[in-house]
Amino acid sequence: MSDTPAGKSQGGDFLSNLGKIYGWYTGGFAGFVIFLAILEQIGVPNRIIGYLFVFLTIGVYALIGYLSRTAQVSEYYVAGRRVPAFYNGMATGSDWMSAASFIGMAGTLYLLGYDGLAFVLGWTGGYVLVAILLAPYLRKFGAYTVPDFLGARYGGNLARLCGVVVLMSASFTYVVAQIFGTGIIASRFLGISFEVAVFVGLAGILVCSMLGGMRAVTWTQVAQYIILIIAYLIPVVLLSAKVTGVPVPQLMYGQALEQIETLIATKPALEGARSHITPFTTYDPLNYFGLIFCLMVGTASLPHILMRYFTTPSVRDARQSVAWSLFFIFLLYFTAPAYAAFAKLEVFTNVIGTPISQLPAWVGIWSDIGLVRIADANSDGILQFREFTINADAIVLATPEIAGLPYVIAGLVAAGGLAAALSTADGLLLAIANALSHDIYYRMIDPNANAKRRLIVARILLICVAIVAAWVASTRPAGILAMVAWAFSIAASGLFPALVMGVWWKRTTSAGAICGMIAGYGVCLFYLIGTQYYAMPLWFGVRNISCGLFGIPAAFLVTYVVSLMTQAPSQSMQDFIDSIRTPRGGVRLVEGERALD
Amino acid sequence: MPLVGDVQERRGPPGAAVDKATADAYWRKTSGLMWTMLIIWLLAGFVVHAFAPSLNEIHFIGFPLGFYMAAQGSLIIFVVMLFWFAKRQNAIDEEFGVEEE
Repeated sequence: MSDTPAGKSQGGDFLSNLGKIYGWYTGGFAGFVIFLAILEQIGVPNRIIGYLFVFLTIGVYALIGYLSRTAQVSEYYVAGRRVPAFYNGMATGSDWMSAASFIGMAGTLYLLGYDGLAFVLGWTGGYVLVAILLAPYLRKFGAYTVPDFLGARYGGNLARLCGVVVLMSASFTYVVAQIFGTGIIASRFLGISFEVAVFVGLAGILVCSMLGGMRAVTWTQVAQYIILIIAYLIPVVLLSAKVTGVPVPQLMYGQALEQIETLIATKPALEGARSHITPFTTYDPLNYFGLIFCLMVGTASLPHILMRYFTTPSVRDARQSVAWSLFFIFLLYFTAPAYAAFAKLEVFTNVIGTPISQLPAWVGIWSDIGLVRIADANSDGILQFREFTINADAIVLATPEIAGLPYVIAGLVAAGGLAAALSTADGLLLAIANALSHDIYYRMIDPNANAKRRLIVARILLICVAIVAAWVASTRPAGILAMVAWAFSIAASGLFPALVMGVWWKRTTSAGAICGMIAGYGVCLFYLIGTQYYAMPLWFGVRNISCGLFGIPAAFLVTYVVSLMTQAPSQSMQDFIDSIRTPRGGVRLVEGERALD
Repeated sequence: MPLVGDVQERRGPPGAAVDKATADAYWRKTSGLMWTMLIIWLLAGFVVHAFAPSLNEIHFIGFPLGFYMAAQGSLIIFVVMLFWFAKRQNAIDEEFGVEEE
């Protein structure tokens, strides 16, 4: 193969020196931030610092992508199955945490208080399901894509096709939102128009993934995780040190919560503000727990996450790797509520109830670009709670200014948000393009295609999907952004029952699984579209963001009933299931199925 | 031409890696662990938060306990239980001699 030297060097030197390489990388990044801080002190304009942040980080990702180029099919699809559990955990962390987690989550918590914690719980607890129900078994099977497993377990292309349809519906809206997020950040910090920024972001995404597929995406995502977690922690650590004197925001924001509650009870200007800690003020318990459930099951069904566990060297590493993934995700998610609490305390103490002429400087900066709105409704010159609105995205972005930190920290936050959006977009694009090139093209259209041809098709499809996604994002589709939260319910209803029952219940038949996937996906879409666009009344008052609450049971039930009505799977299928349940030994493929190559 | 190292492994010995009795006993124990984990997940992910309004009356390291559980407590439980699960499942693999060679 043309890249054997690169392949060998990755297998040998690169893998054994990972700690050293990423250690130097982290040190280099810290040095870079300090260098920019010095530049700022000597009077280099903010705009230049923003440019340096954006282009240097994208440049590093591109370099990693270029160095990881490959011409081998297994390197392209599953990074040669050589990614250690710890690093795969980091890569999964940045694959998972999108612009919405990085920028939006703290804002949601600010606005919703306790009820916003449904997202914190839902987006972490799902990894328990990944670890115990799916990841080790999918790794043992040795798939390249999630539909690959469905095709093998449920005998053929119909099940594979159903899997691809669900995957596309869940992942495409999601990737559009990531490219949209990239465009927003790039346009804000580069001062270029949003439409141009979208294509700058697109270039950043493509250089990471096109030449090296999963291998390149893996090592870029590890690099992106390091930047995003540093960028997320530093501002709030400094803010906590300033407000409470202790630089551990995760422990100290309890005090802030208490002060917020006292202010709400005593400060007249805060009339109308809801308690930050009282449960079920926005969602009733059914919707709160329904949302957590759908987000958790959805996490365990999203193909771009599941496919990360195909890259570990062994089943044992796959299990370990899920634990590391959750640990790295936890670092950000247990910090997000601290952002919300400190920002709220600042707003309630120093903004609300203050004469409008004497508001802190950061309020002016963010109201200039429309993320903060002030309207003196009763014309008393004093800002009331009801006269102040803040966009959810402003919480994380404004924290450096709230804490009175230099501009370099704001640039760091932008670089972190960009890393979060780019890494998730990479993973999603690869999941979509791989399903098209491997499952549709290779498995269904041209099973005799050779390795070279398959990789060419994979890359062409990757570029096509990326361009279509960027084009959709550049039209600023309001509808699509609202649909992102739906991706979880769609993936959960369409894929989860077929995947879990395929491993855990031998009696599941092909007909059962296919009917179940269609039923789950159908019920979910029917409820979503009906309630969203045709004013269909809600069932039991369940919001359509949690439509998986109907789709998931429907899929399980249909799979169960149809399986019992059809003939039990053959002995060779049962042997196949036994072989993916045990870590030792080869996978016994059912007659007629071809080994993966 | 095998392009991937794991092709050989997949085409490996056609016979069973372990005998049926061992495989069944192994799977029973693995399923037991799965259900244990699922119950802990249910408790930490859902049940405990149903009591959030009353838990908020209790204070824990400066936090109302109901809020703390949803913001940190359950997350810590999830992380710890996954590391424990990986360790426990590996031990089960070794106990039945079905760990990877």
